[in-house]
Amino acid sequence: MTKILAVDDSASMRQMVVFTLQSAGYEVVEAADGQQALDIAEGTTFDLVLSDVNMPVMDGIQLVKQLRQLEAYKYTPILMLTTETSGDKKMAGKGAGATGWVVKPFNPDKLLATIKKVIG
Amino acid sequence: MSIDLSQFHAVFFEESFEGLELMEAALLDLDVDNPDSEQINAIFRAAHSIKGGSGTFGFVQVSEFTHILETLLDKVRDGGHAIDADGIELFLQSVDCLRGLLEALQAEQEPDLQRANQLTGVFQAVLDGATYADSSSQVNTNPPQDKGINEVLEPELPVIPEAENLGAVRQQIGFKIDFKPDTDMLKGGNDPVRMLRELATLGEIKTTLDASELPPLESLVADNCYVSWHIELMTSCKIDDVEEVFEWVEDECELSITPIMADAPNTSNSQSEDAQSNSNLQATDTKGERLVMPSGPLPSLDKLQLPSPAVPKSSEAVHPIESSVQEAIKTPVEAKPAKAKPVKVESSSIRVGIDKVDSLINLVGELVITQSMLGQMGSASDSINEENISHLREGLVQLEQNTRELQDSVMRIRMLPISFTFNRLPRMVRDISLQLGKQVQLELSGENTELDKTVMEKISDPMVHLIRNALDHGIEMPELRKAAGKPELGTIALNAFHQGGSIVIEMRDDGGGIDTERLLAKARGNGLVGESELLTQDQKLELLFAPGLSTSEQVSDLSGRGVGMDVVRRNIQELNGSVEVSTEIGKGSKFRIRLPLTLAILDGQLVTVADQTYIFPLVSISESLQIDGARVNNLAGGSDVYSLREEYIPILRLDRLFGLRQGDAVLDGSLLVVIESEGQKIGVVVDELLAQQQVVIKSLEDNYIRVLGVSGATILGDGNVAMILDAVGLSSLAGKDIAAAKKLTDAAA
Amino acid sequence: MSTAEQQGAKNGLQQTLANGNQPSAQDFADQQQYLTFLMQDEEYGIDILNVQEIRGWGNVSPIPNAPNYVSGVINLRGAIVPVIDLRMLFHLSDSNYDENTVVIVLKVSTEKVNRIMGIVVDAVSDVFSLLPADKQPPPSVNRNFSHDFIEGLTEVKGKMVILLDSERLLHLENNL
Repeated sequence: MTKILAVDDSASMRQMVVFTLQSAGYEVVEAADGQQALDIAEGTTFDLVLSDVNMPVMDGIQLVKQLRQLEAYKYTPILMLTTETSGDKKMAGKGAGATGWVVKPFNPDKLLATIKKVIG
Repeated sequence: MSIDLSQFHAVFFEESFEGLELMEAALLDLDVDNPDSEQINAIFRAAHSIKGGSGTFGFVQVSEFTHILETLLDKVRDGGHAIDADGIELFLQSVDCLRGLLEALQAEQEPDLQRANQLTGVFQAVLDGATYADSSSQVNTNPPQDKGINEVLEPELPVIPEAENLGAVRQQIGFKIDFKPDTDMLKGGNDPVRMLRELATLGEIKTTLDASELPPLESLVADNCYVSWHIELMTSCKIDDVEEVFEWVEDECELSITPIMADAPNTSNSQSEDAQSNSNLQATDTKGERLVMPSGPLPSLDKLQLPSPAVPKSSEAVHPIESSVQEAIKTPVEAKPAKAKPVKVESSSIRVGIDKVDSLINLVGELVITQSMLGQMGSASDSINEENISHLREGLVQLEQNTRELQDSVMRIRMLPISFTFNRLPRMVRDISLQLGKQVQLELSGENTELDKTVMEKISDPMVHLIRNALDHGIEMPELRKAAGKPELGTIALNAFHQGGSIVIEMRDDGGGIDTERLLAKARGNGLVGESELLTQDQKLELLFAPGLSTSEQVSDLSGRGVGMDVVRRNIQELNGSVEVSTEIGKGSKFRIRLPLTLAILDGQLVTVADQTYIFPLVSISESLQIDGARVNNLAGGSDVYSLREEYIPILRLDRLFGLRQGDAVLDGSLLVVIESEGQKIGVVVDELLAQQQVVIKSLEDNYIRVLGVSGATILGDGNVAMILDAVGLSSLAGKDIAAAKKLTDAAA
Repeated sequence: MSTAEQQGAKNGLQQTLANGNQPSAQDFADQQQYLTFLMQDEEYGIDILNVQEIRGWGNVSPIPNAPNYVSGVINLRGAIVPVIDLRMLFHLSDSNYDENTVVIVLKVSTEKVNRIMGIVVDAVSDVFSLLPADKQPPPSVNRNFSHDFIEGLTEVKGKMVILLDSERLLHLENNL
């Protein structure tokens, strides 16, 4: 089963994303900040990482950088969840090695469509 | 598939309110001269989260209002914009505003956008260069622009005509796409094949691979991309859709997309040059920049530049206005909408740490083991002998331990740290002290002390009232304090800790103390105390809790009327708690509230009256004694009173009061339990004092009605039901006896 | 419907059975079952859907200053349940409590709450089925306190049975 790691410090967003992805048949693990996500990612290999940018402890940009250092995550698709105003954040994400982004606010269908395109 | 997002609303509201509290605390704590970047980040993140969530879940008004907040906060945290005390005040007001919006939405009502629109205008002005003080004062003197938030923020974009609309002569039938990924494009996790697949969903594609730059095998780096594609896509989709496929990698590739027109010559690489003159739209590329140019005369260059932040249509240059900032800031506090506030939704859910749940699961597991062990013993032993019985006893001891641990663990689930209630206080202290012109700081300690959620909810209002009193009557004006040699900054210290099976909340202030003589004078003026009556110091302090007493000269909006200390004490007593006060003139006062850790369990004293078992809450018992017949006075009218040190207390006979069998008339030698309720001592005659134990409080009202004198019932070890007595109710029942006793006490004094 | 069935619908279940006819399918759907009990030689009936259980009399703790027909409360597997002595409520002659004395535990569920209450009676009799047609309205004469709780009257095997309204009984406090 396709495994996705969803990272966001907002519990309601996490709930929504997890529910959406699970309903579509993906296996999802959630994390509330970058450090948590990194710890989890080191233990299990995910097919896709979905991460918010603004988070405490370790933000999304840092997380991407750290993940790309890991052998298992060199080419894993990593999508940033970002709000539309932060155009420079999109670039920062890409600069750190992210694959792409999903613009917040998004509706669940849009999220699924994007994920499907990336990992099928 | 459509997912119902409303199932996530509750969590969203809860975390948003928490986020607002965080913002508020951080704002209050922020040092404007040397702002802590982590705090500012935290404030930004809170606003950002609320904005993201509200947008996702469809709360557009919240999302739009938070957007401008977030924009400004972003600048502050980048260092691009400073923050000062007025700015903090504005942000605090926007926290209030957001809270109001969210509460309304949570209660499924229409939120009042007036304040939000006002604040948006202020923030917009600040973003445009005004100072916090000026923009807030300007907004308050100008009528609020009711233009809605959208207009303010909409950037002006040049209108670019679509390909289809112009030159209708030729129809686009597809695109020619040259796609050359950079060597390290793959490192970002992007897969060209995915993009090709996506293109294929738009129409019919024909791809030609260009592997001309592929190096020899030995020098091939697997991570790199050496190939490129020439793609022909036959589609009627717009160029935007094609561009979107490559959206993520536009910086990491060479990309050219050229429309293929219906009667265009054969596609080739030279197409791009022809297209320049023929086509209406062209995307040329250079590294990282794609210009989209409209046809016809080129618009002036500045129009094409990235749009600058929107200028609110109606504002002229912001000119500072003379009105003081204080005034501007003060206005919102009073201008709270007088309409019906949305009903505060009391959450009937609780967040529990998973460790508590795990502990519970473990204990239940142990209980199950003990139970099956006992079950085995029960079925296995046909003969009852010494050995079996001692095993059984051991098993029962084990069972008792399991249940006790389980009980503790379950109680802990309902417990939350008192910080939940403490958290709203700093803001309140700040606002009120500003309003009163006093300087007061609030010191909190023991915020992690846990107590039952319901107890906490019910103690919240009494605590607020006590603090308001301290602010209003306790702490003096700065000049007075200075004159008395005290620091101008007054302190209210709140401390919470566990003691025995209770939680104690102490509130100390270093104000002027409680003037008992003034209290006495007021009480005399009200007729509560006789002119010639003499009271002890303690009795005078007791007057603080008498209804209708307020010693403030001008009845201030805050604590002067309505809710009084009498209500505070009654609320606390209804929780099976107690409150004491001590004071020192000129130095300050201290209030000590003691509360049970839970409302479900009570420490009780079992007594028997006329063969029935009753329970007194231990906290209500002042003392128990054996009646000395000589101290009993029979009064005309049937009341009996007992002389207890310097006062007379009424004697209550439960057997008569409850309509049980009539007891003996002889009181001498009988047991008297002295209970205290609302400052009034009552002696209750009982037959026997049994054990003190914890009892589980069960409601009488679930299946019956409320009974005066009884606060609930419990099930004893023998399976029988026993009533739990309620001191306040008993004193109601014994009203005239109490009055008679008091008269006697006063007469004797 | 056959004429016999049509007759049945009008006659009520008891009549139908008395006539030696079979109840119709509709009858089965509409019927209500009642538990009958005795109080001072009178038969009373109560909707069996409201009967949770039947217990013996015992271990009743008195409630302070309650009306005389409120015997007290009992522990029903951890719940505090009041016990009403119906005989006293209906002003029947002195009730006594012996081995036959029975407490019928009634339960009424509304959307908000469940309410449980026990009623003390002399003895429990039987269960039988009734159709709406079997029930007659209570007589308008002889209005006393107990009248408020009477849903109707019926006749079973020649004996009159007074049908009680459980909901009104369980909301007794409105009359207290």
